[in-house]
Amino acid sequence: MTDQRPDPDALLEKVQRAETVRRRGRLKIFFGANAGVGKTFGMLLAARERRAEGLDVVAGYVETHKRADTEQLLEGLELLPPRLVDYRGAQLREFDLDAALKRHPALILVDELAHTNAPGSRHAKRWQDVEELLDAGIDVFTAINVQHIESLNDVVSQITGIPVWETVPDAVIESANEIELIDLPPDELLQRLTEGKVYLPQQAERAAQNFFRKGNLIALRELALRRTADRVDAQMRDYRDDHAIKNVWQVKERMLVCIGPGGNAENLVRAASRLSQSLKAEWIVVYIETAKLQQLSREQRDGILRTLKLAEELGAETVTLNGHKLSDEVIAYARTRNATRIVLGKPSFTGWRRWLHGSLVDTIVRQASDIDIHVVGKEADFLSQSRTNPYFSRSRLYLGLAAEEQKSFFKWRAGYIWSVVAAAICTSIAWLMFENFDLANLIMVYLLGVVVVAARYGRGPSVFSSFLGVVFFDFFFVPPRFSFAVADSQYLITFAVMLLVALVISSMTVSIKHQAKIASHRERRIASLYAMSRELSVTRGEENIMRVAIKHVTDVFESQAVVLLPNETGRIVYPRGDGVAQSCHGSDLSVAQWVYDHGQMAGLGTDTLPGGDMVYLPLKASSGMIGVLALLPLNPARIALPEQQRLLETFVSQIALALEGVKQAVETQHAQLKIESEQLRNTLLSAISHDLRTPLAAIVGASSSLLWDNNRLDNQARLELSQSIYDEAVRMTGLANNLLDMARLEAGAVVLNRQWQPLEEVVGGALAGMSARMKNHPVTVILPRDLPLVKIDSQLIERVFVNLLENIVKYTPPGTAVEISAATDLNEMVVTVSDHGHGIPAGEEQRIFEKFHRIANEGSQGGAGLGLTICRAIVEAHDGRMWADNLPTGGAAFHFTLPLTEPPLIEHEEAAHS
Amino acid sequence: MNNAAVIIVIEDEAQIRRFLRTTLSSQGYQVIEAETGKQGLTEAATRKPDLIILDLGLPDMDGVEVVKSVRAWSSVPIIILSARSQENDKISALDAGADDYLVKPFGAGELLARIRVALRHASSATNGNNDGVFSIDQLKVDMAHRKVTVSGTEVHLTPIEYRLLTVLIKHAGRVLTHQMLLKEAWGPNYVERAHYLRIYMGNLRHKLEKDPARPRFLLTEVGVGYRLAVD
Repeated sequence: MTDQRPDPDALLEKVQRAETVRRRGRLKIFFGANAGVGKTFGMLLAARERRAEGLDVVAGYVETHKRADTEQLLEGLELLPPRLVDYRGAQLREFDLDAALKRHPALILVDELAHTNAPGSRHAKRWQDVEELLDAGIDVFTAINVQHIESLNDVVSQITGIPVWETVPDAVIESANEIELIDLPPDELLQRLTEGKVYLPQQAERAAQNFFRKGNLIALRELALRRTADRVDAQMRDYRDDHAIKNVWQVKERMLVCIGPGGNAENLVRAASRLSQSLKAEWIVVYIETAKLQQLSREQRDGILRTLKLAEELGAETVTLNGHKLSDEVIAYARTRNATRIVLGKPSFTGWRRWLHGSLVDTIVRQASDIDIHVVGKEADFLSQSRTNPYFSRSRLYLGLAAEEQKSFFKWRAGYIWSVVAAAICTSIAWLMFENFDLANLIMVYLLGVVVVAARYGRGPSVFSSFLGVVFFDFFFVPPRFSFAVADSQYLITFAVMLLVALVISSMTVSIKHQAKIASHRERRIASLYAMSRELSVTRGEENIMRVAIKHVTDVFESQAVVLLPNETGRIVYPRGDGVAQSCHGSDLSVAQWVYDHGQMAGLGTDTLPGGDMVYLPLKASSGMIGVLALLPLNPARIALPEQQRLLETFVSQIALALEGVKQAVETQHAQLKIESEQLRNTLLSAISHDLRTPLAAIVGASSSLLWDNNRLDNQARLELSQSIYDEAVRMTGLANNLLDMARLEAGAVVLNRQWQPLEEVVGGALAGMSARMKNHPVTVILPRDLPLVKIDSQLIERVFVNLLENIVKYTPPGTAVEISAATDLNEMVVTVSDHGHGIPAGEEQRIFEKFHRIANEGSQGGAGLGLTICRAIVEAHDGRMWADNLPTGGAAFHFTLPLTEPPLIEHEEAAHS
Repeated sequence: MNNAAVIIVIEDEAQIRRFLRTTLSSQGYQVIEAETGKQGLTEAATRKPDLIILDLGLPDMDGVEVVKSVRAWSSVPIIILSARSQENDKISALDAGADDYLVKPFGAGELLARIRVALRHASSATNGNNDGVFSIDQLKVDMAHRKVTVSGTEVHLTPIEYRLLTVLIKHAGRVLTHQMLLKEAWGPNYVERAHYLRIYMGNLRHKLEKDPARPRFLLTEVGVGYRLAVD
């Protein structure tokens, strides 16, 4: 039946999950209610069994607490030596992750999953080490107590009264392939305790006495059992899903958890986490930043950040939204994400305040009738009592800049002084008005004063000045004057209304001012981002982009920054440019490498390698990792602010995109170059094979006739054959020379041997070399007698003449006159070689200089089309230019220039003679 | 033939050796072949050759070293064979004492002409026949009277021009490197001033040649030096 078949999506998810599991190592957790139940013992026992099965087992880190029976089990197991870390004089033994990865056993034992690593370790927590082991495909056995599970952390604290600081995210526990519960009844545990079989750290001894009360033990045991049962239940449901036993989860549950700045946000998140597990629902934690919430103090904002992080660790997706009205945003977001449930904290207002302000819960319940609403109560948590006042610290104005925060403290005190001054001024003005105006008008003056104070000094001083106004008004103007006594009781109503109006006005003014500030702040953020993207969009080249990116990041985040890119082998290296090298001192390449490999943030303020001063952000683009941005913030706390983090993320993705663009452009260019060089090679091969084969065919043919003629050939025929062998061989020599020259010129292997030369001699050399072939082309040389010396490589310039003359022989009929002339300009000599032949075909004047270009109707005239290319290359190597045109009288003219420089001094002969 | 000139060919390429052997034997020279520089030096020491043809690209030793070794004990004429890529080696070999050079590929005619010039110089050096009248075409130089005429008209030369011309006449037919000419005409301090030589050679050409751009007597060996034509 169709409805009994498993949902394909669910199956796919199952397969994917199975695949990740297969790639990763398997994680087995030995789970107990508390210390002393025998987790390590059980773990070692299981490990020995595995080893007996022939598995490669290594004890990575096992805490035996010197218990004889446990230590006995350790015998025979390979022990990984611990990493010794010096910390404040003491030597700490830590699990050596790198050694473990290097050793790469099939199974490794790593005790105490919740352990916090010593400062300076790669990861802050041991469970992160375990994750890396699993990623590397190593199976891990580990152990943990129930109080260390993140989502149960608060419950355990409540039960035992002892806060637990070392926690492991639930997602890690969830991802375990196997969980084995090590259970021991409380009585037996207490028995072991009295026998001294349970290890108690000395510093915790007193706390432990409280901890090991029987009531606690029972409660913890129940928690552990329940937690295990939950997992078994989940497995059972998984199994049913797989086998389509029943239609479970027709609709996937999705929970939206709405947190605010209050102290119970953490409890809310923990409760939601437990709820989501029991419902098997996805959950999203939303923090909506309204204008009002942007006024929160730094501590409160840090608290929100912490809560969001906690939610992420517990497996939630976290979102921060901007909006005006909380309820609208929550409902709109819930609808876009198809949330089936909304989880809210209990409203903090009660009674008339709830009625006055309206409650989020009430509004949401009213508006979202189709969504289930969960309201989580506030827990009387002893931990939260020590926390800061959960509601607004009204007096302080948060502006996002640490410096301003400092300033606002002085402003805050000044504000109250100015409130007094303002009230005094208002009283003076009212004093002057008193004779001619109603008392009601005097109230207006005071209200004006309140507005001014509110606009300038914010909430506290304005409230203060509202009260002052009422008091001054009463004292100075209400009869009886100069007394706080009131003659007419109706003035009491006047005071009340005056105070109320003053308070409302002050509140509104402050709020408007805030909104303006927030708007300008946001605008500044957007402007800074826009400035960078605009500059990036017009910047070309990796180094320039890096320079622009660093400039903007440095400005906006008040940090020193450096972009670190990988080399060809994927290793992160320091940048080569001198400009950027300055700011990258102290950036740790090994951290950067980790960030690059794992695509996660690391360094200051993160869980991974938090030891240094720098933050390392991965530059992720669509095609994968591009590099790493390392940041040395001047004010580390500021970088941790949520909106700064978001802005930084946007910056980082912009930079990554820009760099990716460069990378792609380079790749395209490489591909293009490859195609072009491929084409060039093909042209070259076809040209050479033709030009070599033709003379070779003639040589082989003629010489074979001579070899096997058996005296039948007469002398004339022999001579002709020999002549053709000679001619063809000479032609091949010319071709070989051209190819050799071209290759050397192109490779840049030609070092010019420049010497002061008379041009006449070079022309003479060329004509002498060509004399045999030029016998049918009369040459006229017109060189002024006072032609200056030129500093040239005579062999190469002779080559230019030879190639030009060869072309004339090739392309003009016998008897064509040739002219070689030269003239000097101010700073160059122009040399012209012209003929009176057919001239260059129209439009070919430029193309004839191209490599392998041959004039179409050239026919059997030899040459690979390199002669002119070589000429131009030689001339350009001499800093000259070369071009061709047709003479007005017909015939082609080739021109090239040679730069004229100060000629060497020549001593007169008499002087030279002496 | 008893008085046939003995030529040692030091060349590692079998095909070139075959070509040289055939060509030279057909001209009546006695040819001794050597494949390596060491073998060539042994042959040169034992066979008393009249001329050595030496390839610069030998597998076992530098051709310039071979020239130097031979020059240490003999003034036998040496003609070197070079490839295009060995231009600098060629000049070093000439400066080290080689008499002439040929660039591969070369023709038989060219080869035989060079051999004839080299052999003649060797014999004239032993006979001391140097002070007399040098003439080629319309150019006539009377060494005894320091008189130079072109088509019977006397040409006035400066002292250096005349000295340069006599150096060329002394080695007529042979290539002379820039360094050699500068040393002989100006003195050892001038060997680095090749442009002096070029200017004076230009002047000489304008005084002696009909078409200075296409000299008949004062030939340029590009990148190497000059040669005075003998026929």
